[in-house]
Amino acid sequence: MSFLPYGVAAWLLLIGLYGIVTSRNLVHLIVCLTVVQSSTYVLLLAIGYRSGGTAPIFADIPSSRRVVDPIVATLTLTDVVVEATVAALLLALAVQAHRRFGTLDPNEMGALRG
Amino acid sequence: MSSRVRYAVFGTGALGLAVLLVWGLAGLPDLGDFAGRYGHVLAHSAVPQRKATSSISVTTFDYRGIDTLIEEFILFTAAVGVMVLLRVQRAEEEVPAEPEAVRRPTARSASLRSLGAALVGPILVLGIYIVVHGHLTPGGGFQGGVILMTALFLIYLAGSHMNLGRLRPLGAMEASEGVGAAGFAVIGLGGVVLAGSYLENFIAPGQVGYLVSGGDLPLLNIAVGLEVMGALLVVLGEFLDQRLLMKKGQA
Repeated sequence: MSFLPYGVAAWLLLIGLYGIVTSRNLVHLIVCLTVVQSSTYVLLLAIGYRSGGTAPIFADIPSSRRVVDPIVATLTLTDVVVEATVAALLLALAVQAHRRFGTLDPNEMGALRG
Repeated sequence: MSSRVRYAVFGTGALGLAVLLVWGLAGLPDLGDFAGRYGHVLAHSAVPQRKATSSISVTTFDYRGIDTLIEEFILFTAAVGVMVLLRVQRAEEEVPAEPEAVRRPTARSASLRSLGAALVGPILVLGIYIVVHGHLTPGGGFQGGVILMTALFLIYLAGSHMNLGRLRPLGAMEASEGVGAAGFAVIGLGGVVLAGSYLENFIAPGQVGYLVSGGDLPLLNIAVGLEVMGALLVVLGEFLDQRLLMKKGQA
């Protein structure tokens, strides 16, 4: 079982990429990209896990308690913020694309451009 | 490129990537055996050094303060980017930016509106609670800012709006975003003046477990909360405007 979180991270990355490649709608494509990015959260948090460890917040636990790594948690926080901003910008571009091409299907956009 | 060729190219690439991933992941330490000393040191120095119980917040806002400052500016830039992209477009289509003021309820359902109005207060309090307790318990400016944003959006949902939602105080949202981003940078300057280096914690840490403890951490959390709330409101507001524009185009 110890490989499970790593497997989940790899699976999320690959299935998200598959979604991006086969996507027929830009909004769907952006959601697939967020799936790809979420694999990095799983990977980061899995790397920083210590068996039996709890959250590194000492409000109600003794300081001797075994805790998970706080650095990967802050990295994940950064990651989430970056993902949200990337998604927002891409969605704005999707709105722009819909205005210009009248469709959200990336395949049809290519045809129109030529 | 035909879709069959594209899938073939993707299939080959994905297979190669999968092999590389398995190879790389197999080289990682087993789950639960992580032995990074740096994180261990940070987790156990947060309480004695900064008198703040959430070592994640201390790491985010204090030990890695510069990274968080940059992260905040990423958010700021992205919100401005969304604003620019969508507003330029609006100008292209010659839609009047300040249309005639016609007030109408945002949501048709009365139960949705009353439920929204009832939830505004509790969610606002929850958001403020999460922001100001960032250095004590899980939460902080980023998480609390998102909650605050939903509270303000509920006001919009429960209330009425003019055409294109002009009732939303867009200026105030932008100000909140800017004040939050600038506040973080200015608090960092306090570290230069009083403690010798940028973003150094320059306020006395106080007593463990108290609301006012951890030095400048609560201030940084509030700045980030304002920034996140403002940025998300601006972004969501712009998308909402687009939606209302499209509705108008269809009508």
